[in-house]
Amino acid sequence: MSQGEPVLEIRNLRKSYWGHLRLRRNRVLNGLSLTVSSGEIFGLLGQNGAGKTTTIKTLLGLVFPDGGAVRLFGKKSTIVAVKERIGFLPENPYFYEYLTGREFLDYCGRLFGYSAYERQRRTSAMLERVGMASRADSQLRKYSKGMLQRIGLAQALINDPDLVILDEPMSGLDPIGRREFRDIILSLKERGKTVFFSSHILSDAEALCDRVGIVKDGALGAEGKLGELLRPTVRHWEVTYSGPEFAALGAAATLVAVRGTETLARVATEAELAALLEKVRARGGVLISVMPRRDTLEDLYLKEIST
Amino acid sequence: MKLYAIAINTFREAIRDRILYLILVFALIMIGAGRAISLLTVGSEEKIMKDMGLAAISLFGVATAIFVGVGLVFKEIEKRTIYVLIAKPIRRSEFILGKYLGLALVLFVNLSIMTLGFYAVLWYKGFLDVTLGKAIVLIFVELLLITAIAIFFSSFSSPFLSSLFTVTSYLIGHLSWGLPLLADKLQSGPGRALCVVLYRVLPNLEYLNIKGEVVHGVPIGGEQVLLAAGYGLLYTALVLMLAIGVFRRRDFV
Repeated sequence: MSQGEPVLEIRNLRKSYWGHLRLRRNRVLNGLSLTVSSGEIFGLLGQNGAGKTTTIKTLLGLVFPDGGAVRLFGKKSTIVAVKERIGFLPENPYFYEYLTGREFLDYCGRLFGYSAYERQRRTSAMLERVGMASRADSQLRKYSKGMLQRIGLAQALINDPDLVILDEPMSGLDPIGRREFRDIILSLKERGKTVFFSSHILSDAEALCDRVGIVKDGALGAEGKLGELLRPTVRHWEVTYSGPEFAALGAAATLVAVRGTETLARVATEAELAALLEKVRARGGVLISVMPRRDTLEDLYLKEIST
Repeated sequence: MKLYAIAINTFREAIRDRILYLILVFALIMIGAGRAISLLTVGSEEKIMKDMGLAAISLFGVATAIFVGVGLVFKEIEKRTIYVLIAKPIRRSEFILGKYLGLALVLFVNLSIMTLGFYAVLWYKGFLDVTLGKAIVLIFVELLLITAIAIFFSSFSSPFLSSLFTVTSYLIGHLSWGLPLLADKLQSGPGRALCVVLYRVLPNLEYLNIKGEVVHGVPIGGEQVLLAAGYGLLYTALVLMLAIGVFRRRDFV
C-alpha cells in the first residue's frame, strides 16, 4: 500500500445505545467522520464517554452503527480478509487467565491459521519485542496490569498488521513501559504501518501523532496535523528572575507568581521581553530563565472541550 | 482450523475449571452409591444399580452442560475477551460453533469417564450389560441438545436467566407429553395457546430417554436409537442456527 492512501475511513457515523430499562436511547456517536492515511499515526482524543471506544468498536465490528459507513482498506470492516490486516489492543485488556502468555499468543496465531512452526516463530519474536520472554510461561492470572498490556500489544502485532488499532494503550503502564510502547509505535510507523489510537494522555499523543482528532459529543471537533493545529509562533514568554520587586520595575509585564526571592512574570512581545530584562539587570537582579511558550495540545484540547 | 482452535481453547478452559471436577466426583460417588442404596431398598440389586448409575450419568451430564455451557459464552463477553476474538479474522458463527464443539468435547470426555466408572462398578458386581450403552448414547445426544439450548440463551441473556431458561426447557422437554393433556383441560385463551406453542416448539426429550427400557431388558432396536439420535441432532442444529442468528446481530458494549 502506497503512502498517503486512505486506510481507514469513517463517514457520518451514528450510534446510540439503549439506556436503563430501555426507556430511552443514549446517543454516543453523532455524525463522526474521519480519514486516516497509510503510514500515519492518528490520535483520537477526547474525554471519557466522548465516543472514542465506541468508534473503535464500530471499526472492528463489535458494535453495529445506526447509520454511516466504516471502511478499512477500502472494504467493509467486518470482512475476514480485512481483519487479517488489523491488530487490535482493547482498553484494560483482560485475557484468558488460565493460559500462559505463550499459550495465549499461540492461540491468537491459530486464529490466523498459521502453522505450528510459524506460530512458534511469531510467538517468540513477539514475546521478545514486548519484553515478556522471561515471564512467557506464567499464567496470565499472575500478570500485573502493565504485563497484560504488553501481552496485549504482542497479540495485536502477531499478524504483522498493516493497521494497528489501540484503545488507550498507555493506561496502566509505568514510565519505562510507556517509553517502550512509544518506541514500538514509532517503529511501526518506520515500517510503513498505520496506527490509530485513542488516548486521553495528551503528552503521548503530542509525542507520537502525525495527526489528531478531538471527539466531542460524538462528533469530530478539531482535526488535523499537529503542526497546523498548534501555532508554531511563540504565544508569550515566561521570565523568572530574583532580586528586585516586580512592582518597582514598572515593566509592561504580568506578574504570575512570587516564590521566595524568585519572581515569575509573563510578557507578550519581544520588545516587552527586552525591556523587562533590561530593567531587571539595571536594578541588580539575576535572570534565572526565559521560556518561550507556544500553543500545546493541552491548550487546544481544553479550548475544544470547553466550547 | 480456526474452529478447532476455539474448540480446543474452550476445552482447555473447562478442564482447568474446578467445577467440572466437582461435578464429576459427585457423579462417580452417586454411581458407586447405587450399591449401598440397593441394600436399603426392596427390589433387585442389579436393576437399582443400573437405574441409579444411568440417572447419575444423565443428571450430572445435564448439570455440566448447563452450568459450564452457560458460563463459557457469558465469560467471554463479561470479561471482554471477545473483543480480541472478534477483531481476529473469524466469523461470529465460528465463535459460537467453536465454543459449542469445545463444550461437546468436554461432555464427551466427562460422559466417557462416568461410563467407565459405571461399567467398572457393574463388572465388579457381575452385572455388566453393554446394551446400557444405547441409553448412554442417547444421553449424550440429549446433552448435545441441552448444550445448544444453553448456548442459545447465553448468547443474549445473563448466566442466571440462561440457566433458568435452560433448566425450564429441560424440565418441560421431559414433561411435554403432559402439555396437550393440559391444553385439553384449559379453556381457549392465552394459557391454552402457551401450552400448544410450548408443545410444538420445545423438543420432546422423552424420545431420548430409554433408560427405563434398557434397565428392564425391553428390547430396543438399533433403528429406534438412530431415529431418536437423528431427532435430537436435528433439533440441536436448529437451536445452534438460532443462536448464531442472535449472536450475529449482537452489540458488544
